[in-house]
Amino acid sequence: MSNSLSGPLHDVAGDAGHEAHPPRMGFFTDTSVCIGCKACEVACKEWNLVPEDGLSLTGMSYDNTGALGASTWRHVAFVEQPIGRASRSTDLGMPGMGPPPDATPPAGPGQETESGEGGVRWLMSSDVCKHCTHAACLDVCPTGSLFRTEFGTVVVQEDICNGCGYCVPACPYGVIDIRPGDGRAFKCTLCYDRIGEGMTPACAQACPTESIQYGELDELRERAGRRLGELQEQGVDGARLYGADPDDGVGGDGAFFLLLDEPEVYGLPPDPVVTTRDLGSMWRHVGAAAGALVGLGVASFLGRRR
Amino acid sequence: MREQRMVPEASPDSYYGRPIIKEPTWKTPDVPLYLFLGGLAGASAVLAEGAAVTDRPDLERVARVAAGAGAALGTVALVHDLHRPERFLNMLRVLKPTSPLSVGSWILAPFSGLSAAAAASSVTGRLPRVGRLAGVGATVLGPPLATYTAALLANTAVPAWHEAHRELPFVFAGSGATAAGGFACLFTPLDQAGPARRMLAAGALVELAAAERLTGRLGLVGEPYGQGRPGRLMRTARVLTAVGGTAALVAGRRSRTVSVLAGAACVAASVLTRFGIFEAGTASARDPKYTVEPQRERLRARAAERARTLGR
Repeated sequence: MSNSLSGPLHDVAGDAGHEAHPPRMGFFTDTSVCIGCKACEVACKEWNLVPEDGLSLTGMSYDNTGALGASTWRHVAFVEQPIGRASRSTDLGMPGMGPPPDATPPAGPGQETESGEGGVRWLMSSDVCKHCTHAACLDVCPTGSLFRTEFGTVVVQEDICNGCGYCVPACPYGVIDIRPGDGRAFKCTLCYDRIGEGMTPACAQACPTESIQYGELDELRERAGRRLGELQEQGVDGARLYGADPDDGVGGDGAFFLLLDEPEVYGLPPDPVVTTRDLGSMWRHVGAAAGALVGLGVASFLGRRR
Repeated sequence: MREQRMVPEASPDSYYGRPIIKEPTWKTPDVPLYLFLGGLAGASAVLAEGAAVTDRPDLERVARVAAGAGAALGTVALVHDLHRPERFLNMLRVLKPTSPLSVGSWILAPFSGLSAAAAASSVTGRLPRVGRLAGVGATVLGPPLATYTAALLANTAVPAWHEAHRELPFVFAGSGATAAGGFACLFTPLDQAGPARRMLAAGALVELAAAERLTGRLGLVGEPYGQGRPGRLMRTARVLTAVGGTAALVAGRRSRTVSVLAGAACVAASVLTRFGIFEAGTASARDPKYTVEPQRERLRARAAERARTLGR
């Protein structure tokens, strides 16, 4: 099938062999309204019975979770930036109390605190598995443990996984990992059990500001486009969508984001590409090298007897 | 002279300097050792069949044993590397061309059986026809066994491996040939070891040329191959390969001692090369700059291209 390995692919579940299937479901994480409460992290752990994975302090910010991993399926990043890098005070449309929009705005809303020259702004973002259109973890899994669900999401079958670890360095986002002590690979399932029952994934359900939105991917993309327009109109220069473009290196993400700065600031790769895009070239070069080895072997037996 | 900074300057291009991709969870020495053993076994199968065809029984026996033992030990290393080794048979649950590890399992499993049978027959002298047939089978699977491991590393998001996907298979083919030739030189009498020496020398040439091209083409992402521990491993391997290859060609025909020393140098070099490449990859995964900078560069180039097209 065309574009099975890279490029835009509208019907991911169909490409994976699901004949009659529901629409592709996903997350739109609008980081402009994230307040860093970590309710998503907690809800995810509770619902999915994800074990504790370290209660240490990172000493770098309010982020003591650090990164996504086998036992961290939602991770809230906290970025503390000196003011002047990208920003000025803007009403981001956070839900809340206070005077109606046409009243005089209160002083200093938004995400910034200003205290003379040392002002900072906070960027907060809840990261999650991207459920890529072209998922490298799924492509490289040798056991078939990772599979594409009827919702177009990517899930590990824990009764199959033998802990080979191939998915770990294959993921261009550094999401999936081996759980120490258990030996198998774990990651976000987009709450496969909940969405199968028509429920909302735990993180989105728990999010108090609707920063995490769950729904049909096509609809989420439209909604995200509108939100981006709103923010740009308000003069939020740094706002951009991340992972929403089906023409990107992974064919677009099932879980995409609205960011307020460059992706790498949040620990996201700026232009991720699924490794299997180069699969043809890799196998061709392996074949040529194997041929060279045969030729080299034959040549070794030519010429003199000793 | 300017004073050197004790702490690297905080960079806005990463999240507190944390890696973006995950470091491979593959174990050392299991995986780099397996890369070496697979190369040794695969190329030895070719050498053994050549020896059988040209009637060099001593060389054939040594190479058959190298192929059989290399595959057996390699399989042990690979199973030991699994974090759930009791589920190793799940490797043969499906066959997926998108997963070099799946394809490799389907190469390694039959190769192990065939090369073990060929080695057993060659050593005991029993069932010579069956042994020979098994040997032919192993010879067909040998070259792919020695080279697929390059795709295994390259088909990841690890910058130093993925970007090297054109050269790595040739480095591995050459490294496998140097190991197989070198191993055979250790245990084969001089009058039958000619092809082993030539395989060693030719392999050394291919490996050195491919590795040179690799580091030359990769630029920033190729840096880890030359720095720190992986850099030292790669440099030592290069010297041993060059010295071993030259010695085998120049004096290996006359002196058993030189032949053995050259062989040992090349086997050691092949081991070091695999550890060097493995560790260079993990180093490139650890430092976010190897992930971010090439991607930024790509975006910049695309933006410039777009601007050019629009400007026209």
